Amino acid sequence: MKHTPRKATTHTNQNEGLIFEKSSPGKAAWKLPPLDVPEVDTAQLLGSSERKDLGNMPEVSEIEIIRHFTRMSTWNYAIDLGMYPLGSCTMKYNPRVNEVVSRLDGLANGHPYQPEKVSQGALRILQTLSECLMEITGMDAITLQPAAGAHGELTGLLMVRAYHESKGAPRKKILIPDSAHGTNPATAATVGYAVENLKSNVRGMVDVAALASQMNEEVAALMLTNPNTLGVFEQEIHKIADIMHANGGLLYMDGANMNALVGKVRPGDFGVDLMHLNLHKTFSTPHGGGGPGSGPVAVKKILEPFLPTPVVITKPDGTLGFEYNRPQSVGRVRAFYGNFGMFVRALAYTLANGPDGLRQTTEDAVLNANYIRKGLEGVYDLPYSTPTMHEVVFSDKVQAKKGVKTMDIAKRLIDYGFHPYTTAFPLIVPGALMIEPTESESKEEMDLFIEAMKLIAEEVEEDPQMVLAAPHTTRVSRLDETAAARKPVLRWKPATNQ
Amino acid sequence: MRYLPKSPADREAILKAIGARSIDDLFAPIPAEYRLNRDLKVPRQMAESEIVDWFRERSRENGDGFSTFLGAGAYYHYRPVIIDSLVSRGEFLTAYTPYQAEISQGTLQSIFEFQTMISELTGMEVANASMYDGSTAAAEGVMMAARLTGRHSVATARSVHPEYREVLATYAHHQGMPLVTVPFADNARLDLNQLDESITSDTACVLIQSPNFFGTIEDVAAIAEIAHKRGALLVVSISEAVSLGIVEPPRQADIIAMEAQSFGVPLGFGGPYCGVIATRERYVRQMPGRLVGQTTDRNGKRGFVLTLATREQHIRREKATSNICTNQALIALMANIFMTIYGKIGLRELAKQNLAKAAYAAKQFGKRAKVLFSGAPRFNEFVVQTSEDPHAINDRLLKHKIVGGFPLKKFYPELGNAALWCCTEMTTRAAIDAAVKAVAKSERLAKASKEAVDVQEVVR
Repeated sequence: MKHTPRKATTHTNQNEGLIFEKSSPGKAAWKLPPLDVPEVDTAQLLGSSERKDLGNMPEVSEIEIIRHFTRMSTWNYAIDLGMYPLGSCTMKYNPRVNEVVSRLDGLANGHPYQPEKVSQGALRILQTLSECLMEITGMDAITLQPAAGAHGELTGLLMVRAYHESKGAPRKKILIPDSAHGTNPATAATVGYAVENLKSNVRGMVDVAALASQMNEEVAALMLTNPNTLGVFEQEIHKIADIMHANGGLLYMDGANMNALVGKVRPGDFGVDLMHLNLHKTFSTPHGGGGPGSGPVAVKKILEPFLPTPVVITKPDGTLGFEYNRPQSVGRVRAFYGNFGMFVRALAYTLANGPDGLRQTTEDAVLNANYIRKGLEGVYDLPYSTPTMHEVVFSDKVQAKKGVKTMDIAKRLIDYGFHPYTTAFPLIVPGALMIEPTESESKEEMDLFIEAMKLIAEEVEEDPQMVLAAPHTTRVSRLDETAAARKPVLRWKPATNQ
Repeated sequence: MRYLPKSPADREAILKAIGARSIDDLFAPIPAEYRLNRDLKVPRQMAESEIVDWFRERSRENGDGFSTFLGAGAYYHYRPVIIDSLVSRGEFLTAYTPYQAEISQGTLQSIFEFQTMISELTGMEVANASMYDGSTAAAEGVMMAARLTGRHSVATARSVHPEYREVLATYAHHQGMPLVTVPFADNARLDLNQLDESITSDTACVLIQSPNFFGTIEDVAAIAEIAHKRGALLVVSISEAVSLGIVEPPRQADIIAMEAQSFGVPLGFGGPYCGVIATRERYVRQMPGRLVGQTTDRNGKRGFVLTLATREQHIRREKATSNICTNQALIALMANIFMTIYGKIGLRELAKQNLAKAAYAAKQFGKRAKVLFSGAPRFNEFVVQTSEDPHAINDRLLKHKIVGGFPLKKFYPELGNAALWCCTEMTTRAAIDAAVKAVAKSERLAKASKEAVDVQEVVR
């Protein structure tokens, strides 16, 4: 290993076992206040429903819990530590004011069923965010209820179905480009639609001629990600929309890549009928190690009757309330109103930006992706030379000749102090390196990234075995995923039982 | 913009490096006629202090400082402060899904512990990493049962949370999955005779909730026996997780679909919450959602990875067990820390306090109005029937900064003027007594006005 990473230095970090291994009877991290009502006889109240024992639940003290989770936290990479260039995941800065305002007492302790007259604050947040998101997308109506992007897709396709049913028949198929995210076909199947694959053309875009030939009255909608997973804007979007609409179909947009468009162009203006947004991508709510997300669905007027219940309305007296009586609604997709805490954060982000900040953010995101592309062009294979928006996709074609694949390069990148890019996706690029820097990266951080990627390319030529064995500096080396799946160990058990 | 780390000179330098004349060059792929040539009509850029002020105002308009008797699927429990200190660490807060295991061991090990504790508490063998919430977990649990049995219909207890049933109806509608609703008996428990009659050879599962929507604990063993006898699975939804500290878990269930909000997750006006599915080991390959498993690295060291991914959408696409991708990881971490804090003894003591408060309140309300559904054990919720519409009583209680019980007329019109009241360890005796007083006054007035009407009728 001749190169010394400039971004990162290894240092000691703490070992920590499972919490169950620290437990011993009599330790406690809790204290309840004295009971101000009479004690009860649990056996008498519950009879045979009384639980006597909580099995292997731990008994530990507060300092042990603090150290336990703090130690474990130091084994994670995070946006707060540096560039996290996962393509299509939009790992941008998660502003801290978002966290503060979402924890204000009245918002954090608001019960979803408290009377509307003492929920005006929450309702105002729902309404203000809705208005902002409709303006940003150029759509006419919105539901905030879906809990994540895939849940938004589900909600969207339920609305597509309800729309077609209202016209006579639900239709049979959803067209999905081969570059799409896996949730798109999985969602179509969940809603009872058959999936028909749509091939991309040589420029990585929808093949409009193929679309025209595949589009017929059996097709309910096209699910299109725009910019697509190659980071390419569908330049013939107007033709795509026209083909769909001419045959009575709908154009659904997966808004996963909306970070490339906010303030520059609105999907509602280029023919999209409905779309979901990922507040945990474009609108800065934290990914939190895999969630929570939030996947609002914005729609054109024609789809408004089908929105999930309830929707927020302004009542005759000027106060806000929920409207439940919506006979054409697809129903409910989640209890209560959605991931409200994420709405607070997304709105705080929108207010912190304003129109100028949102536009600058988009411009910087696209600027950054193009800078990465320029820096690595010629070092890594660029399968599509079509202009890049917010993310760029290379392939491992050159390095694969030495037996080094995209995942190996990704693992070596860890040693240089970066989180890997997205690997092996989109499926139309074998051995993909999908890189999305977002607007949150400075020029200095990107220069370090480009330098690291170039050094790895050199290492692949000089010492491929070393790259194949990466990462070398993490507390665990590559883990045996095959063994994990073959004989799954999904929980801890006391040693005597193992 | 304060979140953006570039100076104008940086931007110029980057444009120059990539050979673009201006930023507009980079947006040239967007057809000109669609480009937005104006500012978005969103509020102007605000300073941090203005943002905090704006949301403080909203917080004040939102029942800040009120005590509540609302439960009904969302519970107000104390949240130990270390939950937020730990989940606010950037390494947890700002990490992605732990696909790159070598630099995600913190998230992965904590999920493994979460799965273990949920399994311990529910009496199941395995649990997943989380679902969106209790309602979608119940719907996914039912669809999982359909895959496991190859059957297509579902018998759902009417005492399952009404909004959970609405979500299930939405999901089931397009799966060609007929739903049969099974009524509750006089003690609010599932009517077992009706259940027996509702199950057919095409019933994939019976879905119940315990404690159910009225707070009553179901006779899970008896229900399981009826379901299993007919080849159907039993899916049990749990929306009040703290009950698991003192109520025997539904061990006879095949699938448990839980809402873990009670474990340290703020009410937050309905979300984000934390669903989770637990089941038997033999069913794990039909389970939706992410799973963490233990394995070893190249040096034989213990480590954790996301596993059994061949069930999931990013591998199987349209053949996946569910379309779920992003889940509720950070909320699961809150629940994990909460379970660790209370642990084996504390969770039982906490649940006992809930039981005691609700028992006291039910007794007091029972002296003044009618507490419905006697004869079966309850946890921390109970139904009070009044002469007056509970909305009117609640309106008066609001003046005392008390949010009364959840009026049931919308979902259960047959119960008349009934409301679902909930007490947790946070409910003070003073608040209970004040609420009882308001109900007592309402009953007195109702009685007086009824007497006045009777007198008038006699006079007439």
